[in-house]
Amino acid sequence: MSIDVQGLTKKFGDFRAVDDVSFRLEAGSLSALLGPSGSGKSTLLRMIAGLETPDAGEIRLTGAEATAQSARDRNVGFVFQHYALFKHMTVWDNVAFGLDVRKAPKEEIDARVADLLRLVQMQGYERRFPSQLSGGQRQRIALARALAPQPKVLLLDEPFGALDAKVRDELREWIRRLHDETHVTTLFVTHDQQEAMEISGKIIVMARGRIEQEGTPLEIFDKPATPFVAQFVGETNIVESVVSAPELALWGPFRFTVTGPAVGARVRIFFRPNDVYLSSNPETLQVEGKITRSRFRGPLIEHHVDVGAERPVIAHVPKGVSLASGFDAGRRVWVGVTAFHVFPVDPQ
Amino acid sequence: MDGGKIMAGSATGLARKGALGPSRSLTEPRWVQWIAIGVALAFLSLFLVVPLVSVFVNAFAKGIAVFAKAIVDPMALSAIKLTFLAALISVPANLVFGLAAAWAITRFRFPGRNFLITLIDLPFSVSPVISGMVFVLMFGAQGWFGPWLSDHGIKILFAVPGIVLATIFVTFPFVAREVIPLLQSQGTDEEEAAFVLGAGGWQMFWRVTLPNIKWGLLYGVILCNARAMGEFGAVSVVSGHIRGRTNTIPLHVEILYNEYNFAAAFAVASLLACLALVTLAAKSWVEWRYRNEN
Repeated sequence: MSIDVQGLTKKFGDFRAVDDVSFRLEAGSLSALLGPSGSGKSTLLRMIAGLETPDAGEIRLTGAEATAQSARDRNVGFVFQHYALFKHMTVWDNVAFGLDVRKAPKEEIDARVADLLRLVQMQGYERRFPSQLSGGQRQRIALARALAPQPKVLLLDEPFGALDAKVRDELREWIRRLHDETHVTTLFVTHDQQEAMEISGKIIVMARGRIEQEGTPLEIFDKPATPFVAQFVGETNIVESVVSAPELALWGPFRFTVTGPAVGARVRIFFRPNDVYLSSNPETLQVEGKITRSRFRGPLIEHHVDVGAERPVIAHVPKGVSLASGFDAGRRVWVGVTAFHVFPVDPQ
Repeated sequence: MDGGKIMAGSATGLARKGALGPSRSLTEPRWVQWIAIGVALAFLSLFLVVPLVSVFVNAFAKGIAVFAKAIVDPMALSAIKLTFLAALISVPANLVFGLAAAWAITRFRFPGRNFLITLIDLPFSVSPVISGMVFVLMFGAQGWFGPWLSDHGIKILFAVPGIVLATIFVTFPFVAREVIPLLQSQGTDEEEAAFVLGAGGWQMFWRVTLPNIKWGLLYGVILCNARAMGEFGAVSVVSGHIRGRTNTIPLHVEILYNEYNFAAAFAVASLLACLALVTLAAKSWVEWRYRNEN
C-alpha cells in the first residue's frame, strides 16, 4: 500500500502547478504535504486520486502502475476540505455509498457501516442528514465514507481547513489514533505547519510546484534544506551578510561561522526566535542589547531586542523564565544565538 | 469568471429564491405601507384577476351546455390532442437537451462555451414570429430543404412535425436556464466524491447529480410545459391553421374568436386558463418543497 510518484508534472496553460515531483511513501505511513496556497500540493493529491490527469510522470499504488487508471478503479479514499457529503442522503447512506455502487451484499454493507460509525464515534446519527451535523461531525462522516470500501490509500485535502481551532485539535488527535488502528497509508495536504508537525511521520514541503524538502518533522524544523523551508516552517529571524573572512560573516555585533560560501559571497542567515538565548548577565558569545518591545504570546513571551544592527532580533522566551528574569521593554540584556542556518543568496 | 453572468441573467428562477422576509429596520409609516399594498393589489386585480375571471365568466355566459358543446366539438378535441402531443414530445426533448447543455456548460471548459451560453437564450430574445419564420425558411417550398423534403414525400411545414419543432425551439431555454445556475452552485465536489468511491458515470448522475437538481429541473419542466401548450406565435406561422389537423388550442381559440363565436372561444380559452392555474399551483408547490429541503 505504498505510494510512488515519479516525475509528476501538471500544467494549467503556461503555469506549472506541479513540476517534476518524485517521492515515495511507505505502506502504513502517515505523511503530510505542506506548502503555502498555490504550491501545487492539492493538485498533486488530486492526481494521485485520479481526479486530475498528469501531463507527465507516473503514479504507482502498492507498486502497481496507476497513472492510466480511472479514479473509480484506484480504490483510493479521498476526503475533501468541504466534506462533499451527499446532501440528500442520510449519514448511513453516505457511508454505505462506496460499497453500494460496487454492489456489495447487503449484510456486508450493514456490518461495515455500523463498524465505521462506531470507529468515528457517530453511532446514533444514522438517520440524520449532513445539514443536521456540525462541521467536525461532517468531516468524521466524510472519513468513514472514504474508509468504507477499504481503500489502499487515504488522501485528505486540507481536512481541517474549514473547522474552528478547538475542533481542529480534536480531529487531529483523532486522525492519529484512527491511523494507529487502521494502518491505511495516509497522505494529507495542509498549509498549517503545526498540523503537519503534530500528526505526520513524514513531511513533504512544497513550493511553486516543486518539493523543497522531505523528512521527519524534526529534520524539517531543525535542518531546513532550503531558505524557503527555513522561512516557511516555524518563525525565524532572517538577516543578510557577506562572508568577510574565511568562514566568517558579521551581522551587527554577531559573528557567524560560515562553512561553504567563499569570501565575498552574499549569504542569508536564518535563526529561530527560540534559538535566541537571553540572559541578564553577560555570558560567553553573547552581545549586549536592549529590549524595545515585548509581546505576550501565551506560553512564551516574544522580545524584540535592539543590538545596534539594522533590525531588532526577535527572541522567544518561556513565560516563566521571562517573568523570573524580569525581561521587559527597556531592559538591558545579553543576547546569544545557539543555532542558525546559512544559505547563499542566489545571484539574481 | 463567466459564471456571474449566468447567475445574474436568470433572476426569476428557483436557485436564488432566498429568504425575502420583511426587514424590521426598514419599516415605513403605516399609511405608506397601506398605500403601497393598495396600489399593488389594485394593479394586480385590474390586470390579472379581472381578465382571468372574465375568461371564465364569458366561457359560461351562454350556459353550461354551450360550454360543453364547444369543448367536445371534434375540432376542439383535435386541437386539444395536438397541443398535448406537441407538449408530450417537446417537453421531454427539452428536458434531455437542456440537461445535456447545462451539464456541458458547467462541467467542461471548451472553446465556444460562452457562445453556447448566449445561444441558449436566443429563443427568449427573438420574437416567436421570427422563430416560426426560420422554420418556413428552412422547410418551406422555397426553403433550403423544401425541395428535397417534398421529393421524398416528407411534410414538416403545415403539419405536426413543424408544430413540434417550433415548440421545441421556443421552449428550449426553460430547463437549461434553471439547471445551469444550480449545477454551478453545487460545484463538482460531490460528483468527484462519488467517482472516487467507485461510482460510474450513470450512477453518479442518477444518485448524486440528479437528486441535487431535481426541484430546479421540475420547475423548469413546469414552465416549459406551460409555454409549450400556450405557444401561439411560432406555431401560428408553421401550422397553416388546418382545422382538425394542425390547430393547437391557442390557434383554435383565435379562429373561433375571428368567427365571432365568443362563447366557444372563451370556453376553449378557459382550458388554457385552467392550465395556467395548475402551473401556478405546481410552481408554488415546487418552490415550497425546495425551500423546505434547503
